[in-house]
Amino acid sequence: MQGPSDFELSRRKILLGTAASVAFGVAPRIADAQTPAVPVQAGAAPAISMSKVSFSVNGKPREIALDTRTTLLDALREHLHLTGSKKGCDHGQCGACTVIVGGRRINSCLTLAVMHEGDEIKTIEGLGTPENLHPMQAAFVKHDGYQCGYCTPGQICSAVAVLDEIKAGIPSHVSADLNAPAQLTNAELRERMSGNICRCGAYSNIAEAITEVAGRQA
Amino acid sequence: MKFESPATTNPIDQLKIVGQSVSRIDGPLKTTGTAPYAYERHDVVANQAYGYVVGSAIAKGRIKSIDLGAAKAAPGVLAIVTADNAGKLDKGRLNTAKLLGGPEIQHYHQAIAVVVAETFEQARAAAQLIRVDYAAEQGAFDLASLLDKAKPNPITAGPADTAVGDFAANFAAAPVRLDARYSTPDEAHAMMEPHATIAAWEGDKLTLWTSNQMIAWNKAEMAKILGMRAENVRLDSPFVGGGFGGKLFPRADALLAALGARAAKRPVKVALQRPLMFNNTTHRPATIQRIRIGATRDGKITAIGHESWSGDLPGGKADGAVAQTRLLYAGAHRMTATRLATLDLPEGNAMRAPGEATGMMALEIAVDEMAEKLGMDPIEFRILNDTQVDPEKPERPFSQRQLTECFRTGAERFGWSKRNPQPGRVRDGRWLVGIGAAAAFRNNLLTKSAARVRLDNGGIVTVETDMTDIGTGSYTIIAQTAAEMMGVPLEKVKVRLGDSAFPVSAGSGGQWGGNNSTAGVYAACVKLREAVAQKLGFNSAEAEFADGEVRSGNRRVPLAQAAADGGLSAEDEIEYGDLAKKYQQSTFGAHFVEVGVDAATAEIRVRRMLAVCAAGRILNPKTARSQVIGAMTMGVGAALMEELVVDKRTGFFVNHDLAAYEVPVHADIPHQEMFFLDETDPMSSPMKAKGVAELGICGVAAAVANAVYNATGVRVRDYPITLDKLLEQMPDVG
Repeated sequence: MQGPSDFELSRRKILLGTAASVAFGVAPRIADAQTPAVPVQAGAAPAISMSKVSFSVNGKPREIALDTRTTLLDALREHLHLTGSKKGCDHGQCGACTVIVGGRRINSCLTLAVMHEGDEIKTIEGLGTPENLHPMQAAFVKHDGYQCGYCTPGQICSAVAVLDEIKAGIPSHVSADLNAPAQLTNAELRERMSGNICRCGAYSNIAEAITEVAGRQA
Repeated sequence: MKFESPATTNPIDQLKIVGQSVSRIDGPLKTTGTAPYAYERHDVVANQAYGYVVGSAIAKGRIKSIDLGAAKAAPGVLAIVTADNAGKLDKGRLNTAKLLGGPEIQHYHQAIAVVVAETFEQARAAAQLIRVDYAAEQGAFDLASLLDKAKPNPITAGPADTAVGDFAANFAAAPVRLDARYSTPDEAHAMMEPHATIAAWEGDKLTLWTSNQMIAWNKAEMAKILGMRAENVRLDSPFVGGGFGGKLFPRADALLAALGARAAKRPVKVALQRPLMFNNTTHRPATIQRIRIGATRDGKITAIGHESWSGDLPGGKADGAVAQTRLLYAGAHRMTATRLATLDLPEGNAMRAPGEATGMMALEIAVDEMAEKLGMDPIEFRILNDTQVDPEKPERPFSQRQLTECFRTGAERFGWSKRNPQPGRVRDGRWLVGIGAAAAFRNNLLTKSAARVRLDNGGIVTVETDMTDIGTGSYTIIAQTAAEMMGVPLEKVKVRLGDSAFPVSAGSGGQWGGNNSTAGVYAACVKLREAVAQKLGFNSAEAEFADGEVRSGNRRVPLAQAAADGGLSAEDEIEYGDLAKKYQQSTFGAHFVEVGVDAATAEIRVRRMLAVCAAGRILNPKTARSQVIGAMTMGVGAALMEELVVDKRTGFFVNHDLAAYEVPVHADIPHQEMFFLDETDPMSSPMKAKGVAELGICGVAAAVANAVYNATGVRVRDYPITLDKLLEQMPDVG
């Protein structure tokens, strides 16, 4: 959990960052309002900053040398060819890239790979295989909790992590009593899963799949 | 096989496998992340470089100059393609705007360059270094201000103007009249998988591993745009991460990957960046609609008129919002009119149920309003004005029309009788509660579709067709069809889709994919059965295919034996005669929605949803139900939140990402009920099935709107229905 002092710190960082970008930014014309302002470095080709990073993915140690700008998502998809984690937006808005790091779900597009030195990363490929499905994967198949399949790995990783969060007693926005043990109610489930967009609209079926697995686990 | 007379009994009617709720055969791949989508095909070609697309920062005007110097010098950059060095490019037949703009710019975020580099990060960084000097021109961006200048424009469903009887006189003479104006906003497909393509050249042959709904259309389009022979273009699209009409036509990813690969002399992969997609690709255009209904005091419609205005780029198409009004309700005097204004916004084009989706949003509020004026129950008003024939051509019946049964069944299951017709009277704690209903209607479209079916000596049946599965369940219903026809279990069928090397199918669009593609597989299987029977010495008319055997009389032979000395293969297509001319083929449904509206804040929550549909034979109730509840979800989005907000000064959609373009999330959608009426339609195809995927979205938003009205007494005719539009008129909560 983030403490108040962490928040202060990160807020200051954000403010500093904003000031810096204003200082360097080229004042955009209205017509260019949507084009990111970029410092112009005439003729100077910025050098690429490379770094090695080691982490474990689905229980296997991996060491790769990466452009430090590489997100964890692109490290998985483009460098390790673990393409189960999807890029739906690259901006932390859709949840298709959800992976489980150190037991907690994160949007892997919003974090740089080099920030994960030593971390234990679990992706959809680490949950089960077509021949040996994880119970959550099997429940999604049974309840048709997907259509096009593109958000599905993220939904499943999120769902697995949600059940662990509830078990760990972590409250959500809709928890009525922050001191009582978290319950897997419909409202809790839907609230906690709302970071994972499914444009095909399989929500009703996804909820049934998760509820079934939760019941089995209970 | 030509389908010219109504279907009689055929092997599909056994319904051993077809019609069963089997789980998707591609489910284990999709749920484990092993289904390969376009951008992920590391295995198909080596040495893939990365493309990053640059979009125009103006909506209309010209590029005076582009400075590529810094970008070219950036690390890892292999090539930059702009209109200056792309070579001669034609415009596709199916797109209105060019996929690569410059020097002329047709819309905001029209692609103007692709930067190809060794890595994604390098391509992205270099793209930021491109400097463009524009000469912007004033464009037209406000539909509402251009209604007088809009011109008649035909739509897919018919001419710009239709008229039967004397609408004007009979509307004027009607004792009860409604004349109301509605608006629907621009909407985005926002499918989860961004448009993506890997392109590779081998001499003058181009392969595109892409994400596309209509393989044959796009093979032809890409050939036309690039000035190539079609046989030199191959598309492969086995998994498509959603389309909803947004992947019907080629997009900039495919063209720029091809051009980038040619320039860089190596394979290139391009995905449209999410924030680019909303202005770069197509969208469902906004409409302004006027609906007039005249009726007798006892509720018989005597005159019904529907006019719609929408906008598009020069040379574009109008939204077909009036289409269903020609067919849905009776009434002797009728008119529709479609007008198109020229706008310089991004290209408007097909999105899930183009026409009916927007038209039903307005019409089904109008019908609710009219029922209230008449003092009638809105469902009884609809049933009273039901018609079993095409209202414009009474000699032409509907092949099947169970709209009334949908409403009756739904009303009972949903508890419609408990609805208080007086709005704003039902409270549940802080919530004002209301229920609303609306009809669902979408035409069934017939289009030819081919497939190839092979039998090997292990008894495995392999189906190949360029049909796509965009989440619709094509893999599964095609496998079910082949299994039923050849008398083998589902596990013995392999389905290969989405490759332009396969026979040309109906493709995925207009809810025509399911019925037509399986009918094509049926045709090919009929041919394969004949070949098998001949090979094994059976009379093909008498041979029964069941349990992996071919049987006739006392004789039974394993199916695989027909392929003992090499595989057997058959290819055929389904083509259609004039049954669709003689019989109007449509799909029907009834939507029921309960909402709660916060009495103080006017926050709207959907509490219950039910759809009852009649859409011919349901080939797989599990996947068909998913199509309908998914469409209901998109309908809730259309009702309550989805709107591309137009910046009318500079001409672009402001909320161009998934944070600002709001679509329904888990918390917005309750448990959804869905029920199919028993129906087979022998006029549609040997499968006796019809479309269902788009039926589900038609009318949902109006059912939500009618429920909001029932809850609050506030009638909102301007979608989306957001709380700011309710607040001022909310009932006094005391």
